[in-house]
Amino acid sequence: MERPSPPPILRAEELGKRVTSPEGTLEILAGAGLSVAAGESLAVIGESGSGKSTLLSLLAGLDLPTSGRVWLDGTDLTTLDEDGRARLRGRLVGFVFQSFQLVPSLTALENVMLPLELAGRDDPRPAALESLARVGLAARVRHYPSQLSGGEQQRVALARAFSTRPRLLFADEPTGNLDRRTGERVSELLFRLNEEHATTLVLVTHDPGLAGHCGRTLRLEGGRLHAEPDRPPGAGPRPGA
Amino acid sequence: MAAAGPTLAWRWLRREWRGGELPLLALAVTLAVASVSAVGFFADRVHRAMSLRATELLAADVVLVSPAAIPEARRSAARERGLAVAETLTFPSMVSTGDRLQLAEVKAVGPGYPLRGELRVAPAPFAPDTPRAAGPEPGTVWVDARLATALGVGPGDRLQIGAVERPVAAVLSYEPDRPGDLFTLGPRLMMHLDDVPATALVQPGSRVTHRLLVAGSETGVADFREALEGRLTRGESLQGVRDTRPELRVALDRAERFLGLAALVSALLAGVAVALAARRYAERHLDTAAILRCLGATQARVTGLFATQLLLVGAIAATAGVAIGYLAQAGLAALLAEAYPGPLPLPSPYPALAGAATGLVTLAGFALPPLLRLREVPPLRVLRRDLAPLPARARAVYGSALLALGALVLWQAADARLAAYVLAAAGATVVVLVAAAYALVSALRPLRGRVGVSWRFGLARIARRPGQSVVQVAAFGLGLMVLLLLTLVRGELIEGWRDRLPPDTPNYFLINVQPDEVAGVRAFLSGHGVAEPALYPMVRGRLAAIDGRPVSAEDYEGARAKRLVEREFNLSGASRPQGDNRIVAGSWWEAGETALPQFSVEEGLAGTLGVTLGSRLRFQVAGQEVEAPVTSLRTVQWDSFRVNFFVVTPPGVLDGFPTTYVTSFHLPPERPEVLSELVRAFPSVTVLDVEAILSRVRHILEQAALAVQYVFLFALLAGVTVLAAAVQSTLDERRFESAVLRTLGADRRRLLAGLLAEFATLGALAGLLASVAAAVTGVALARAVFDLDYVPGPGLWLSGVGAGLFGVALAGYLGTRRVLSHPPMESLRAG
Ligand SMILES: Nc1ncnc2c1ncn2[C@@H]1O[C@H](COP(=O)(O)OP(=O)(O)OP(=O)(O)O)[C@@H](O)[C@H]1O
Ligand SMILES: [Mg+2]
Repeated sequence: MERPSPPPILRAEELGKRVTSPEGTLEILAGAGLSVAAGESLAVIGESGSGKSTLLSLLAGLDLPTSGRVWLDGTDLTTLDEDGRARLRGRLVGFVFQSFQLVPSLTALENVMLPLELAGRDDPRPAALESLARVGLAARVRHYPSQLSGGEQQRVALARAFSTRPRLLFADEPTGNLDRRTGERVSELLFRLNEEHATTLVLVTHDPGLAGHCGRTLRLEGGRLHAEPDRPPGAGPRPGA
Repeated sequence: MAAAGPTLAWRWLRREWRGGELPLLALAVTLAVASVSAVGFFADRVHRAMSLRATELLAADVVLVSPAAIPEARRSAARERGLAVAETLTFPSMVSTGDRLQLAEVKAVGPGYPLRGELRVAPAPFAPDTPRAAGPEPGTVWVDARLATALGVGPGDRLQIGAVERPVAAVLSYEPDRPGDLFTLGPRLMMHLDDVPATALVQPGSRVTHRLLVAGSETGVADFREALEGRLTRGESLQGVRDTRPELRVALDRAERFLGLAALVSALLAGVAVALAARRYAERHLDTAAILRCLGATQARVTGLFATQLLLVGAIAATAGVAIGYLAQAGLAALLAEAYPGPLPLPSPYPALAGAATGLVTLAGFALPPLLRLREVPPLRVLRRDLAPLPARARAVYGSALLALGALVLWQAADARLAAYVLAAAGATVVVLVAAAYALVSALRPLRGRVGVSWRFGLARIARRPGQSVVQVAAFGLGLMVLLLLTLVRGELIEGWRDRLPPDTPNYFLINVQPDEVAGVRAFLSGHGVAEPALYPMVRGRLAAIDGRPVSAEDYEGARAKRLVEREFNLSGASRPQGDNRIVAGSWWEAGETALPQFSVEEGLAGTLGVTLGSRLRFQVAGQEVEAPVTSLRTVQWDSFRVNFFVVTPPGVLDGFPTTYVTSFHLPPERPEVLSELVRAFPSVTVLDVEAILSRVRHILEQAALAVQYVFLFALLAGVTVLAAAVQSTLDERRFESAVLRTLGADRRRLLAGLLAEFATLGALAGLLASVAAAVTGVALARAVFDLDYVPGPGLWLSGVGAGLFGVALAGYLGTRRVLSHPPMESLRAG
């Protein structure tokens, strides 16, 4: 169905990623392409080892593809050097990772302040506090990551990801390291914040349940992306999945 | 955004500090700076004190010596520069009382004398003495023990000097600027300069020596010297600390080398400690750097952030280090206060700068390579933990860091040869340790199947990370080597150095023994317990020509050579060389060649004057000439205080020339009455009390040795921090590992046994290799620098291996003890 859509905030064309290791050459991605409109939420699902994280790293400019191109907010990532991509990330992108990726020597508050400080914000403290309050951790701001549970750490990571009000959020298995109940709470929080901030979300997971919360789902298989059948938003996992 | 950089770095630093990440690095740098600057400050003060001591032996900083009255222009040249001046006048004169007569060296001293050092006087010969700030009052005289004994006078008696009669006020027991040439010394009479005209002894043409003593600020003295040099008239000469008293110069040089070595060792150890701490710091921040990159920080930003932090840490640590260093050296000075009669001079600010600079350069040299690694961390590391920057490049940068350390060491030592020896030894130790660590790794593999689980775990730890094990063994080994050098080797070297002057060193010289008194003197000495007293003939002569070329002072560059040429030589005839002599070229004459003119020359003198084997020397002796070839060169151990001569001929060659005899002997200091008896029995014989001069020199040497020990104490402390840093650098990994093992059911005892097995193995290996390296270094240092033969005893090996094994096991236990009691859950969560 054709509609007059705004330019996509994220677009990838014919992405290929080949890595060479002692065991030989491995083609992880081969001609993957996608287009994400602003405000959209997209899930990429696939088997473990199918290349989801690899795809995400290319889309976010953490790595360069062997072939193909990626446009982030209209900028071709492949034309930028690493520092250029870093600046673009700092301006546009937030991250949530399976392994939380908090700086262990910084408190929860300081971790949330970090991207604000890197962006040169004058007074990052109130914004960071507010962000932490939103994930329900106002009472734990002085705690170090090692003093927080996995779920709490991931909530700090969420607070950090949203603190700069990024236009695009990349999440890689955000609940992968958490038990089911905690995972559900974190994913609830993720989608709520996403809605409140009207952020564009690209979520990578092997959990169809989590993907089901997204507006659209793509399946990564054989190095390519395939559309999953449309389902109404908010519907549960497909029967038999 | 640019403005936010330093602020962010500062805030970051504070957080990291609170989080406990940076204090270790700061501590290492602080200790490095503290030890280097403490050593620097202290060495600086000791050095200055020793320079002052040295000027004491001139009684001034610089002395203008002249056969004629010192022109007023010279005096004002010194005063204009804010320098203190004093004058002395020396001349020989007969001194009498009643019917007794004695030739004395009269020294008239003006106000202000001595400018450096002090005079000491006693109420009677050889009685306990007390210091005096100035010479005798006008109208009174002081006599030394020899003159007092020769004339049988003491305080209160009156002496005739030239045209006047003066009362003796005291017995002069110590005079700082006693001339260096022992053989020209007559008994001393000291009087006031104002009394000289009344004696009518100094007339035109009299043989007198005028001295202008000058002392004051270093720059003023240097300026004064510069102004006078090249403008000296015939007969005038300048004497500074460095131009006189070769034996003292040797002592000063040796002490300086010791102190230089101490400072150098501290710098070296500091570098190792900083390297270990910096490595750990970088490894801890790989993830952080990746997160930063992921969150939008550019490479420059990452570098800037960490570099600024390090700079801040360096600045804080350098400041703290210099402060601690200053306090520490003040404590040392207090400890040494008893050894120094006066207060130590204040240090110059230079060691503070040197210490801080050393710390910062070491920090930059060893912390920048890991920093540059942090900048290379790919952001993708957040997804793939195994992604780390290439280590090869970092290794290359470590090479340059070591080069920087080498340059620092060179700068600290201010002696290329000394630095080279120590660096070579340290470098060789590292290379040997690296090789041995790899050998150990392969040797351990078959062992692992045959030992218990604890040992297996300990050995596995060494084998699993060969690189890390190598670093640890190298650090332990280097630290231990230095500790061994500091304790055992240092002790033995200093002992050897001090033993240069054994307790039974002859303490008296007898000169001016007339030929007909030789038998009597020998009998007298034998009668008083001196074994086989040997009296040596002595003929004074001036070197006239070498290979037919007349010699003159102008032909020579060095001050020593000039003085030697101008002075009279003491020639002697002997059938056999002195016991401490060694023939290094040519050969000594046969027993029968008694009348064949030939010379045996001391090697150092030959070198100074450009005399070689076969050179023909011509001496002027009592208006006649003796010319003969040099048939042998000898080394002489001057500080044996035996009678030795620069130039010796076969006996008989000097027959017929005016000859006096010389001997030296040891007399226990508690028997001074023997001397008085001797002088009474042989009135014309002159007794030289070497003991007084010798004990001053010994005292100075002892002070230097004590200072060296304290300076080395600091290097020892630095060595301990290296061990601590090495253990600390493995803590994170250990914490995680022991948590895993404990969850698998290993109890505390097991873990402890594993740790001990690991550290004991590392320590024993490091200890063995450190012993070898310390022994090699000690022998090399002893030979090349301290001119000693050094044979390391079995204690070195035992303590090396023992200290390595127990020290490292203990350090390892203390350093990792907390790991064992750390709640495993916390470790796992943090990991
Ligand atoms: N640099 C590389 N070198 C070698 N192999 C790589 C590299 N990067 C990725 N791979 C391999 O490519 C495959 C895809 O990896 P990726 O991490 O993208 O999978 P994934 O879909 O995220 O898996 P999971 O669901 O387990 O997280 C894996 O088999 C991985 O081992
Ligand atoms: Mg993945």
